[in-house]
Amino acid sequence: MSKIQVSTNINNESVEYLCEPHDTMLNVLRNQLDLTGSKESCGSGDCGSCSIILDGELVCSCLMLAAEAEGSKLETIEGMSEGGKLHALQQKFLEKAALQCGICTPGFLMASKALLDHNPTPTETEVRFWLAGNLCRCTGYDKIVKAVLEVADDMKESA
Amino acid sequence: MNEISNKWIGKNTVRPDGAEKVTGRAQYSSDTTMPGMIWGHVLRSPHPHAKIISINTKKAEALAGVKSVITSKDIVDFPLDTPVILGIQDMRWMCRNVMARDKVLFHGHPLAAVAATTEAIAEKACDLIEVEYEILPWAIDIEDAIKDDAPILHDHIQFNGKPSNIAGTLEHKKGDIEEGFAKADVIIEKHFKTEAVHQGYLETHSCLVSVAADGRATIWSSSQGQFMVRAMTSFLTGIPQSNIRAIPAEIGGGFGGKTIVYLEPLATVLSQKTGRPVKIVMNREDTMRASGPTSGSKSTIKIGATNDGKIVAAQGIYYLQAGAFPGSPIRGAAGCSLAPYDIPNAHTFGYDVVSNRSKVAAYRAPGAPIGAYGVECVLDEIAEALKMCPLELRKINAAKEGTKAVHGPVFPKMGYIETLDAAINHPHYKAPLGKHQGRGVASGFWFNAGGESSAQLNITEDGNVVVTTGHPDIGGSRASIANITAELLGIHHDRVSVLIGDTATIGYSNLTGGSRVLFASAMVVTESAQIVINQLKQRAAKIWGIDEDAIEWENGEARPAGDNAGKFAPLTLAEIADKATATGGPIGAGYQVNTEGAEGGFATHICDVEVDMDLGIVRVKRYTSIQDVGKAIHPDYVEGQLQGGCAQGIGWALSEEYIYNKDGHLDNTGFLDYRMPVCSDLPMLDTVIIEVPNPKHPQGVRGVGEVPLVPPLAAISNAVYQAIGKRSYSLPMSPPKVLKIIEGN
Amino acid sequence: MSETQYLAAKTIDEAVTAHSKANGSARFLAGGTDLLVQIKSGIKKPKLVIDIKKIVELNTIKEVSDNEFVVGASVSGANLNRNNKFTKLWPGVIEAFRLIGSEQIQGRASLGGNLCNGSPAGDSVPALIAAGCIAIIAGPDGKKEIPIENFHKGPGKTVLENGEMLVSLKFPKREINSSDAYLRMTPRTEMDIAVVGCGVNITLENNVCTAARVSLGAVAPTPLLIKDASDIMIGTDLNSDILDKVANLCIKACNPINDKRGTIDYRTKVAGVLLKRSVLIAIDRIKGN
Repeated sequence: MSKIQVSTNINNESVEYLCEPHDTMLNVLRNQLDLTGSKESCGSGDCGSCSIILDGELVCSCLMLAAEAEGSKLETIEGMSEGGKLHALQQKFLEKAALQCGICTPGFLMASKALLDHNPTPTETEVRFWLAGNLCRCTGYDKIVKAVLEVADDMKESA
Repeated sequence: MNEISNKWIGKNTVRPDGAEKVTGRAQYSSDTTMPGMIWGHVLRSPHPHAKIISINTKKAEALAGVKSVITSKDIVDFPLDTPVILGIQDMRWMCRNVMARDKVLFHGHPLAAVAATTEAIAEKACDLIEVEYEILPWAIDIEDAIKDDAPILHDHIQFNGKPSNIAGTLEHKKGDIEEGFAKADVIIEKHFKTEAVHQGYLETHSCLVSVAADGRATIWSSSQGQFMVRAMTSFLTGIPQSNIRAIPAEIGGGFGGKTIVYLEPLATVLSQKTGRPVKIVMNREDTMRASGPTSGSKSTIKIGATNDGKIVAAQGIYYLQAGAFPGSPIRGAAGCSLAPYDIPNAHTFGYDVVSNRSKVAAYRAPGAPIGAYGVECVLDEIAEALKMCPLELRKINAAKEGTKAVHGPVFPKMGYIETLDAAINHPHYKAPLGKHQGRGVASGFWFNAGGESSAQLNITEDGNVVVTTGHPDIGGSRASIANITAELLGIHHDRVSVLIGDTATIGYSNLTGGSRVLFASAMVVTESAQIVINQLKQRAAKIWGIDEDAIEWENGEARPAGDNAGKFAPLTLAEIADKATATGGPIGAGYQVNTEGAEGGFATHICDVEVDMDLGIVRVKRYTSIQDVGKAIHPDYVEGQLQGGCAQGIGWALSEEYIYNKDGHLDNTGFLDYRMPVCSDLPMLDTVIIEVPNPKHPQGVRGVGEVPLVPPLAAISNAVYQAIGKRSYSLPMSPPKVLKIIEGN
Repeated sequence: MSETQYLAAKTIDEAVTAHSKANGSARFLAGGTDLLVQIKSGIKKPKLVIDIKKIVELNTIKEVSDNEFVVGASVSGANLNRNNKFTKLWPGVIEAFRLIGSEQIQGRASLGGNLCNGSPAGDSVPALIAAGCIAIIAGPDGKKEIPIENFHKGPGKTVLENGEMLVSLKFPKREINSSDAYLRMTPRTEMDIAVVGCGVNITLENNVCTAARVSLGAVAPTPLLIKDASDIMIGTDLNSDILDKVANLCIKACNPINDKRGTIDYRTKVAGVLLKRSVLIAIDRIKGN
């Protein structure tokens, strides 16, 4: 049985790869394309560590076949900072100690970015429910929620 | 050294490893690859208890792509009659836990491993291994494991002269317990039950091992101790420690659960046999099924007090699940539970009970949350019986400097009472409550730990600083070490780089555990810095041609000490470094020691809950944790420890539990049904940092990480009681259980 | 190594023909949020996975006439939620759909997938039953329609036969003075499977109920339309006595199991509580509160 050839776009670069029909997007990102920033913590869509943005929608890359990416546009954590400059969320996570072990951090950053892209002025409750699909075991979420709210506030002021 | 200018200590600096972590570049163990790498997979028992009659690996070996299949005969055997102790682990159990020998003892117990060219082939090969079992009766819960006709897991373990699943006991005594209860005006005795809960680290276990042709092994793995990985792998494979280099990858959470090895010895043997680097990644299901949760428990707590609120006697009897091999944290339960109180007559007793569950591993203050749960709930009932404020009751009986603890030591200066006062005066404690809301409080104690630590502090040629220590950084310790180093050397924090060394590049350092890391590494970094400062003064003395005693180090510069020393413009670190070659060579120093003086930590928590009286759902509405941390070197990460511990406690109290089905299988191996709190389940978690410096530490540091998990179980239980007027004596307080209690049947 | 083939179908015909040819060994892939988990855990081992997201009809939300919607089977939660008119007309359907998993899951999961997965606890199903929604199914013999309450045959089992594919969901024309609501009980606020789910859909004229449908999930092998409970609401003002009676009929209709997620006793009690609460929410919505 032959592999499937996929042409897609990841972080604004054209990418081609061959994958098995059963390969998940996460598997291809991590084990073929060396984009190991997306993490596998559960493999069942329950933790959000593998979050990526697919054609503008936040998705779990562990619940997507690599073959489905044909013709799509993907954003991963590796594309979040531009030209060596951290995204405002990345910077705020650092300043506000919104990470401890850091394994969930790429997923939280992708989810938070998708949130602010969709809703630049979320309430605390909206942030909490939006991020409910991202598990963090270290922080109790407190500093993560505060960091996201602060970035939203900063955006409001600079707008 | 307790009085410090504190230019950097106490500052919320950006962590040295931060930029890599927010960009996805940080290398966790499963992110690592090697040329020629192949994949391993582990075959696990489908039965909770069975004799292994035979294992036939022929079909698996014949599958295309399979490079090697191993079983217990490839792992070093440690006979059952001779203990081989490493830290708190015994190699007799470890060798059987990583690979079952004659019996499988829990669902998920490894019994073979395969290396193949792809993960899928390795997995398929495991399916082709034929195992013949003789299925044995099993016992999952404590009650089943300790009854007379219980199936015995280990025939050689005896209790009261006959084979038993009670593998050990531990006792603390103080005063005369009977006499004490005789003096009491009120005595309350209750029984409590908790379920096994998992640490829930988001990164599953994984490793990559390369054994080169000369027999030297390099291990990249995620653990709480690279030296533990080296030692255990050495024991279990027979490779001398000098031939094993264990490199600590970034670790994606541990909470105690990564203080033992599961995969490293298997991957090492597979790599030895195949001559290829072997990577093994455990999936979530196996991580839940076969890596250590902490114990479930049952306990009986009896406390007596006089009418004026003085506790005269207290007793705690604890049974803790050890899982398949001895070693439950009875010391934490029996040792910590009464530690916050000055009680004249006390007795605690712990039973270590094996059963057909995965072997428990440490979990944040191992045993202490279980111990505190019953005690702090009964104290709540005593306070109610005496019509006293529960915090006042605790204050009347609070341990203080000079108190002899039930578990032995005499406390030095410490801040337990300060946490109670802060709680009493906190606005949270006075805030009005809504309908079906209740407020609970509880306190907690953890021993904290010191132990072996090593550091190396080098001055770079351009006058900056690289510090290497030997404890994996699990929650921001590199940031704190950078703060301390900058403070001691008087330079900007940005000029300090902090790394975690591997077993070949830094001296032996004990596990990241016991809340020891910052306590211990601050001590060796401080010593190293002192040596380096002396070197810097010597170099300046040489440059200026004066006596080194006439030089002082201040604000990152060497200066003449007073006018008599001569008039010289200060020499900066960079200037001295620039002349290092001419003045004696490289500047740097290491220090290694078995650190002592870790003193215990105390906390008091306040929790508000709201109960849905029709559905039994409990939600935490407000939470404040107050803790004596000694000295907060990096306050944000101290707060983070407090908040993270609370969140885990909320999960333990309300929604997390290991559920076994009728076949003895763990029934909730995924995050969907093993319910850790999600973001929308929690409120902001407020913290109050109390600083009563540890007199035995140069910066006053006490361990911080573990105490936060000790009080929540009782604080939440006490809050639920206040909300519904009835008490749950078991955890988790799941909606069906709470609804039953509300309805009174 | 792979024993699975992948096909991205472009038309309904292509998908249905391929499915039919595979003789029961093919699975349709919509959002994949259930299917991929099942494949990974080995519960399902399809020889062919037919991706149907690229078929236009399946991925379209259409207002066929004023206030009458047809939603493609693979439309994602995030997508449907952006349709302001639909969310206004069917807030109960939306809240049920939106409860499925996280935002990440919402980016992929579809109403059709939730329905075809066949779980008795699927969140959107009671809301769809309450809504009076019709499943449009394509097969070798053309299209057919079936009410959602008749769609499930048992846990994991639906009426779909080999070669048949759920194409879209047809919602009845929304009458004025109508609204719906869905509530579920889960231990956590999110990321959980319904221990009980309850959907209600009512029409009120001058405070009198003129149409009502009540549905329960996770209390029986299939999601249930509670016909008698729905009927006794009609002609009443839905006062608390009536709601007690409706709740009791719901309780009577329950035939749940004991499992790790809930007990028979608990599920049964909760069904009554959720019924009352969701009716009150729907009434509030009609009254514009």
